[in-house]
Amino acid sequence: MEFFERFAVPHPSPAIYASMVAIVVVSLAIVVGLTYFKKWGYLWREWLTTVDHKKIGIMYLISAILMLFRGGADAIMMRAQLSMPENQLLDAQHYNEIFTTHGVVMIIFMAMPFIFAFMNIVVPLQIGARDVAFPRLNAISFWLFFFGAMLFNISFVVGGSPDAGWTSYFPLAGTEFSESVGTNYYMIAIQISGIGSLMTGINMITTILKMRAPGMSLMKMPMFTWATFMACVIIIFAFPVLTIALLMGTTDRLFATNFFTSTNGGMDMLWANFFWVWGHPEVYILILPAFGLYSEIISTFSGRNLYGYKSMVGSMVIISLLSFLVWTHHFFTMGQGALTNSIFSISTMAIAVPTGVKIFNWLLTMWKGKIRFTVPMLYSVGFIPLFTIGGVTGVMLAMSAADYQYHNTMFLVAHFHNTIIPGVVFAMLAGLHYYWPKMFGFMLNERIGKWAFWFLSIGFVLAFFPMYITGLDGQARRMYTYSEATGFGPLNFVAFIGAGLMTIAFCIIVYNILYSIKNSPRNVGDDPWNARTLEWATHNPVPEYNFARTPHVASSEALWDVKKNGHELFKGDIEKIHMPNNSGVPFIMGVIFFIAGFSFVFALWVPAVIALIGIFACMVLRSFEKDDGRYISVEEIKATESTYGGANS
Amino acid sequence: MKELFPAKQVGGYIFSLVLTIIALLVYFLDFTFPIAMSILLVTAFVQATVQLVLFMHAGETEDGKAIYTNVLYGIIIAVVTIIGSLLILIWDM
Repeated sequence: MEFFERFAVPHPSPAIYASMVAIVVVSLAIVVGLTYFKKWGYLWREWLTTVDHKKIGIMYLISAILMLFRGGADAIMMRAQLSMPENQLLDAQHYNEIFTTHGVVMIIFMAMPFIFAFMNIVVPLQIGARDVAFPRLNAISFWLFFFGAMLFNISFVVGGSPDAGWTSYFPLAGTEFSESVGTNYYMIAIQISGIGSLMTGINMITTILKMRAPGMSLMKMPMFTWATFMACVIIIFAFPVLTIALLMGTTDRLFATNFFTSTNGGMDMLWANFFWVWGHPEVYILILPAFGLYSEIISTFSGRNLYGYKSMVGSMVIISLLSFLVWTHHFFTMGQGALTNSIFSISTMAIAVPTGVKIFNWLLTMWKGKIRFTVPMLYSVGFIPLFTIGGVTGVMLAMSAADYQYHNTMFLVAHFHNTIIPGVVFAMLAGLHYYWPKMFGFMLNERIGKWAFWFLSIGFVLAFFPMYITGLDGQARRMYTYSEATGFGPLNFVAFIGAGLMTIAFCIIVYNILYSIKNSPRNVGDDPWNARTLEWATHNPVPEYNFARTPHVASSEALWDVKKNGHELFKGDIEKIHMPNNSGVPFIMGVIFFIAGFSFVFALWVPAVIALIGIFACMVLRSFEKDDGRYISVEEIKATESTYGGANS
Repeated sequence: MKELFPAKQVGGYIFSLVLTIIALLVYFLDFTFPIAMSILLVTAFVQATVQLVLFMHAGETEDGKAIYTNVLYGIIIAVVTIIGSLLILIWDM
């Protein structure tokens, strides 16, 4: 029995026991359901082994939405706890665990897969490619992300959640102050999914540089592809820093090294430094693809071409470089001198300039346009003022002298939610509605979608704007309660109501998906939004080979050229198409990584070594495997094309 | 015969050997720490450039420009990160 004691939760509560039961019940229900409906084969053939970028994108999307609800449940618990002074809903330890997992889940396991979903689904279509450059690697990326996320999510029922904050600063995160295995979960789970992110970065860059349709020079790429390109450049330069920092943190915790300890020559501040060398570029990894989506949507629904294409590209390039020059602004109060703080203050403020250029470009795109207020456009229009407020408070925080006042208060919390929610979450929801017909061949209901938008926007304002005020009044971040005398009570209650409205909004979105699956008409055609870019020049939903014939592109708005200038996109006859084969190895590798990660978390060395050997065995097998892919015959393509009404044949 | 002889590669090979010998001298001769480190840093970066250009054939294909841009971008970010970390944690702490 002694062996199993290590898996016990160190700080249990009825809620955690209830979650354990719920997890077991849901897992059983899934297994029984799959067996009863005989779907195991379908699941394995069509999804678990797939290398199709569109299906991988959809799996990213589903995971992201699930994680949104997991992180959202954490958020609503925190707001409920803070809604009243001296509240006893959660104790300090649970509150610590919840804000830690909320941050990690929302950034690493919600926002990242959400942007990867759109990168996967949209980029190959926007550049007229058959798939990404390395389809098998793409599947491995997904399964590493997925099993990293699963590993992180079992922490609260097996061994205890991490509780040192999503930033996991040492020495708090060291073994001396965080004794439970929670922080091991943090180190290992993020490591596994981080490797997946790095692979996606390399994959997307290669795809974009090597697989563009004839005629599409770099400056004729649609804006979302440009945004993906720049985000992936940031990924491949920023993520290695995180990989090494996590590795050093892991050896500190598991093998008693002294990289980040405060004694024996270690330097705890080095963790904060490394974390933000990765962490700040990470923010731009999330926001650039979001900017890309807004650019596509605003231009489509304003009926105008994107204003200032070159300056849009230029500002993203500048942002990608500047994003590496500002990381110190996350710890202005750590003790470094005024010279350093001044340098990083100025570089931080400088980043507002290219961002401002983009905001003006979107406004000028809408200027004199024939604006259609569809759901994606509503999110995009709502983003502009709300995000600008977040940007302005960001410049306030950038002033290092003033930051001593704001540091680690709710003002900061309000600021970064104010940029991430209208910036990233709104973009993801806008993209979800915009690309839904592309993925599934029917539209999401507009009326219900608008309800969700208004609930979300009003809820957001109510939830986060009060925090600016309580933060300036001195409410500290990560405090699990406060006394009545502080006067934070009423505003925090308003914030709780806002969080409730946001919860309702996300439930409406799920209801909308279910409602539209049941009720939406299936004959939406290939171009339901009257869009402009190349991804809308193929069918909805997209056939597995994407384009029956390779498109020939003359501008960044290939479909608009077809519609307005009579440009001929598809020339020549249909030829047989070379496609990659499915493979179960990525999924199996993900499972082995999960076992390895779990063993490392609990320092079970024998299974850990066996699992690591298994990973290398998979890689060796792949090296000797002969896989030339397969061909889709001309007859098969013609048969598929005719099921879409033959518009393109 | 002249076209077949890989003069660049052989020259590069000799040059990289020379660089290795210079770096080795640091061990055998008695330099002060700053001078020794400078010699090591300079020879290391020249050595890496020789390897990249001559033996890994950067710049010989149509991707040449992309590869050099990438390397340059990487160097800039690495230098900024290291100098920044030193500034924060040592020089200005």
